[in-house]
Amino acid sequence: MNNIKVLLNGIIKENPTFVLLLGMCPTLGTTSSAFNGMSMGLATMAVLIVSNLIISLIKKLIPDMVRIPSYIVVIASLVTVLQMLIKAYAPEVDKSLGLFIPLIVVNCIILGRAEAFAAKNNPIASIFDGIGIGLGFTIALTCLGAARELLGTGAIFGQTLWGEDYGMLMFVLAPGAFLALGYLIVVFNKIFKKA
Amino acid sequence: MKKLKSSLTNMLSVLTVISVVAGCVLAYVNSVTAPQIEKINADNLAAGIKAVMGSDDIQVSEPKEVEDFTVYEITENDTPLGTAVVTVNKNGFGGPLKVLVGFDKKGTILGYTLLEHAETPGLGAKAGDWFQKDGKGSIIGMNPGENNFTVSKDGGDVDAITASTITSRAFLAAIQNAYDKVIKPQDGVSGATPQANN
Amino acid sequence: METVLSLVLIIITAIFVNNVVLAQFLGICPFLGVSKKVDTASGMGMAVTAVLVVATAVTYAIQKFLLDEFGLGYLQTIAFILVIAALVQMIEIILKKTMPALYQALGVFLPLITTNCCILGVAILVIQKDFNLLEGLIYAASTGIGFLLAMVLFAGLREQLELVNVPKSFAGVPIALVTAGLLAMAFMGFSGVDGGLKLIFGL
Repeated sequence: MNNIKVLLNGIIKENPTFVLLLGMCPTLGTTSSAFNGMSMGLATMAVLIVSNLIISLIKKLIPDMVRIPSYIVVIASLVTVLQMLIKAYAPEVDKSLGLFIPLIVVNCIILGRAEAFAAKNNPIASIFDGIGIGLGFTIALTCLGAARELLGTGAIFGQTLWGEDYGMLMFVLAPGAFLALGYLIVVFNKIFKKA
Repeated sequence: MKKLKSSLTNMLSVLTVISVVAGCVLAYVNSVTAPQIEKINADNLAAGIKAVMGSDDIQVSEPKEVEDFTVYEITENDTPLGTAVVTVNKNGFGGPLKVLVGFDKKGTILGYTLLEHAETPGLGAKAGDWFQKDGKGSIIGMNPGENNFTVSKDGGDVDAITASTITSRAFLAAIQNAYDKVIKPQDGVSGATPQANN
Repeated sequence: METVLSLVLIIITAIFVNNVVLAQFLGICPFLGVSKKVDTASGMGMAVTAVLVVATAVTYAIQKFLLDEFGLGYLQTIAFILVIAALVQMIEIILKKTMPALYQALGVFLPLITTNCCILGVAILVIQKDFNLLEGLIYAASTGIGFLLAMVLFAGLREQLELVNVPKSFAGVPIALVTAGLLAMAFMGFSGVDGGLKLIFGL
């Protein structure tokens, strides 16, 4: 399987949000605006690429029975590093994502890709898998965030289109997250699965 | 290279090595980022104080604790300009509301900024803009000692945020409280700060 | 009296107003994954509640006596997730040995709980909100009960949905998400209740 295929696989065929339905908590919790969704997607992608690379490099050194705890330590340290960097250099992002940054640790996408891909493939392919899945996740979160922001406040990325007075506030609040994701999956199914 | 066997020594040593490496990396990154995080927090507060006092060229005193408030005495070119107060009200809609508010020497509000809040986005969270100078319920230039500092629904002089009366009440109460406990007691004293005496 | 009232307030807020699944978006994976039948949903809910309480107690102790003591706050995430993983394993082993009946009922859910973000989330929130140990434990237990409530309600709805014809592209997860959205909307009716109670209790 060549690397481009691995990349596309993550974006469409195994899209973590629309197809595999993994990592739902940050998907719903952080997408109140397009920018927030994108930040969360990029943060997750960064952790995913580096964790895929490291795990694929050290996979031979880890005895099978302690593989999961070792992966968790690697992922948790990466997440903590990312958290400190965000706090230091992008405090606004830290404010809007809050609790969901440390919770990247328990995002099943990352541990899942470590186990399903990085532990079996070479480092280069693992990086591409990280980019593909990460991009798929980022695109999904940005779409969801954009849809919610547009419907809820009449703006996208903070650019007002038709003004807040015509927004349905519910889409920015909790119920709107579930509804918007449900309908987006329907659209995704219609386009890519011809359902 | 063959995969390591799952013997007890192998497992223990691998886990130990990974944990130690992880711990060292984290300690290093922490030592790099911690001062930066502190600097950002300090910068944010300084910028916030400048914004609420409406002046760039100011000196800020060391913070002083008065009851539950953090108080900064502000001077501009060695003349006292007023006071900036960090005040908290716990009765916001989603949780506590933390406001930084600037008063001049007479207790007139120069500006405010929301430091922390958990209000509903699109409703109570509008408090960040609503009460500003060009907002719909401006409080800038009002004086909690002279104006009736409650929402118009309760007979006061301030327009509440649409559909967010609870947030508005909590917000106004936070400022009123800061005025009553910090600014008012200063009024009787001749000159708010020692510099004013000479 | 005041402490009792503030504990009651924590309980009501955690179960209804800030429901862990429907308002805070923690623990969505099991909420969508194991909610097809009411009995599995309630099993998962109870397992999560049990682990939540134990995990909060242990992580609280670690934060106060280890991390805070030695200024190692930056190891919080890594320490908490390892403790939770180890704890879940231990609970599994102990249950298997001592209470096989309960293990039969909850055992299958336990391995899934490590990656349930509501455990780590609540452990971190208890520290962030500066709760004392009693408040923390009450908060953890009521969060678990809130989770259980959401699970059981949602599973009941999904059991009914099984019997209904839905458009093909809505089948499965999308219609479940829309249902969850409506449920979340119903729970929004509780928002602000905590503020009112605070006034009534005079806190």
